[in-house]
Amino acid sequence: MTDAGVFPDAPNQEPVRPKPDSMPRVALVGPPNCGKTALFNALTGSRQKVANYAGVTVERKEGAATAPNGERLLIADLPGTYSLRARSPDEEVTRDVVLGRLTDAHPPDVVVCVVDATNLRLGLRLAQELKAVGRPLVVALNMHDIAMRQGIDIDIARLSVELGAPIVPTVAVRRGGLDALLTEVARLATRAPAASTWHVPNVTELRAEHKEADRIFKAAVTPPKRPDTWTGKLDGVLLHPVAGSAILLLVLFLMFQAVFTWATPAMELIDGGFSALAEGIKAVLGDGLLSSLLADGVVAGVGSILVFLPQILTLFLFIILLEDFGYMARAAFLMDKLMGGAGLHGRAFIPLLSSFACAIPGVMAARVIDSKRDRLATIMVAPLMTCSARIPVYTLVIAAFVPRTSVWGMNLQGLVMFSLYAAGVVSALLVAFVMRRLIWRGGSEPFLMELPAYKRPDAKNVILNLWLRAKVFLTRAGTIILSMMVLIWFLSTFPAPPPGAPGPAIDYSLAGIIGHWMEPVLLPIGFNWQIGVALVPGMAAREVAVGALGTVYAVAGDDVGTLGNVLASHWSLATALSLLAWYVFAPQCASTLAVVKRETNSWRWPVIMFVYMITLAYLASFLTYTVARHFGG
Amino acid sequence: MPHSAADTVIPLGLGRRGLKGVVVQVGAESSSSTLAAGELERRLLEIGFVEGALVEILHEGPMGGDPIAVKLDDARVALRRREAQAVLVRVSS
Repeated sequence: MTDAGVFPDAPNQEPVRPKPDSMPRVALVGPPNCGKTALFNALTGSRQKVANYAGVTVERKEGAATAPNGERLLIADLPGTYSLRARSPDEEVTRDVVLGRLTDAHPPDVVVCVVDATNLRLGLRLAQELKAVGRPLVVALNMHDIAMRQGIDIDIARLSVELGAPIVPTVAVRRGGLDALLTEVARLATRAPAASTWHVPNVTELRAEHKEADRIFKAAVTPPKRPDTWTGKLDGVLLHPVAGSAILLLVLFLMFQAVFTWATPAMELIDGGFSALAEGIKAVLGDGLLSSLLADGVVAGVGSILVFLPQILTLFLFIILLEDFGYMARAAFLMDKLMGGAGLHGRAFIPLLSSFACAIPGVMAARVIDSKRDRLATIMVAPLMTCSARIPVYTLVIAAFVPRTSVWGMNLQGLVMFSLYAAGVVSALLVAFVMRRLIWRGGSEPFLMELPAYKRPDAKNVILNLWLRAKVFLTRAGTIILSMMVLIWFLSTFPAPPPGAPGPAIDYSLAGIIGHWMEPVLLPIGFNWQIGVALVPGMAAREVAVGALGTVYAVAGDDVGTLGNVLASHWSLATALSLLAWYVFAPQCASTLAVVKRETNSWRWPVIMFVYMITLAYLASFLTYTVARHFGG
Repeated sequence: MPHSAADTVIPLGLGRRGLKGVVVQVGAESSSSTLAAGELERRLLEIGFVEGALVEILHEGPMGGDPIAVKLDDARVALRRREAQAVLVRVSS
């Protein structure tokens, strides 16, 4: 749900506040799927700032809009909610902002309740809660055009009288009614708020509010002569047990194709560009330390992250389109039983899918899950999905050690690759299952979700959201990830080797020392010290280990064929298989851990993640190595 | 349970695809949901399950017929059968 925030935050930064005290504050509140975020985008355009509320990782989206009378308004898009009675961190923010309980945000001068004109009842109930808050209230009757097309006849004047609040019909995607809405907001902004009489409604009050909503609805709305049959007809196919499942698989297949083939040219371009830049720097600055820091640390580091941008954008283009179309809720419906078996929520399917490209967007996408426990469980297993950074390592080892023969008519190399993917998925489901048993016993959240009507995605909205997504990723690459990269460069560079020393320089560095120091621990799983040394820079990102192995064995890093031959002559098959098993589980990605820290707002979860993953990796490698040795590998 | 007979009241969680009716009680004890009974009742109310609402089971999940997708007045809602047990429906056809 775009309303609930599929699009996470940028790093902490102060939201724009041109004139903090003079600009009236407007809060957009509404149930999920009411088109609230589209309305916010239409009102503020790209002049929006995304940051975090203090102390929580809930996104704070603010932007300025100008009313027809010239007054500037500061508009905040709050997480979607059915009630001010908050159940998730996102909904707590909505409640606290509306009630003026936050210390770092002024209470809103005007509350805009955004309701879906084609699904009015829920919005009318929420509007009653918002009225009790006492702040001036305007109801934006959103998607009014769709309601009219369906023949839903809404008597706006009557609705306004019955509800006791001004109502403005809006069409967010075509910018309809925006001026009228802003005029109304500017008019109300000068009014003093009444005292709040809101309290957490009990079930009796909820029923009474429903009854009242139903009364208002019946008084002002004539049901459609031509109800929306499109959604029903599409659901007949898309939710069909057989056809629906087949279509879901097809969509997934297309998504993978797109991520792994369409993105390749752009990735090669970025990779080539950064390599050229690094070489350019070395050519200009010579062989000094500064040149190494810039070329091997900064440029190579940022490049190795930016190279994933095309994949991430392709993936998110799919996710945004499917989300805006209304399909994601259907995918969650189809997958819920499978996910539920592992103790995960149907919605966990989206972040886990994203993690096949990269765990970073996967962890960020876990925000679509309301419940904290379900979200944490999803975040914790997301890095077990085979991300694209594992592919270079898998390809190198498989090409060097697995013969190019056929087994039962299938390519053995492909089969090994497939089983590594399968191992990732199965272990993720198993780990989730065990965690739900050990850490969060019982207390599984119900799967209770609205299936929104299908809508044609709006190109402008899609592009804006994709841009926000790219911005978040780039800012992150520029901060956390870059500092990690520089740290790892430092470890691999210092101290410098003594003059005239034999062997590669990395051998004498801190990384080399750590690698040697780890050797006794790595011996039982069949790793030699060279692998140990490569694992240290491999913490930056998994695929960096390939280049590091090249450095350790003094082979040109890019020449994978030669490196493969060298490895084949230095390692036993058991060692190779053990390394593959290691890479299925090992937390060899500092960026993922950093993002988990940010998303969970604590060091506890990245630490738990690191410990459980490295334990699993060690056990899996030990088992693989021992068994392979037994069979003479 | 005879679903077809008129005026039969059954938990929504036992209904099959095509079942139509009116919600007569929300928050029935028969649910095995892990939520506290009052909490489940509130959530069901908040998403629109309220006495008097028209309900129809539109779809069943591909695995074991769970979860179910229902039409609830003007909206469509998906939920697991476990939670749907808490909604009692007077079958109308």
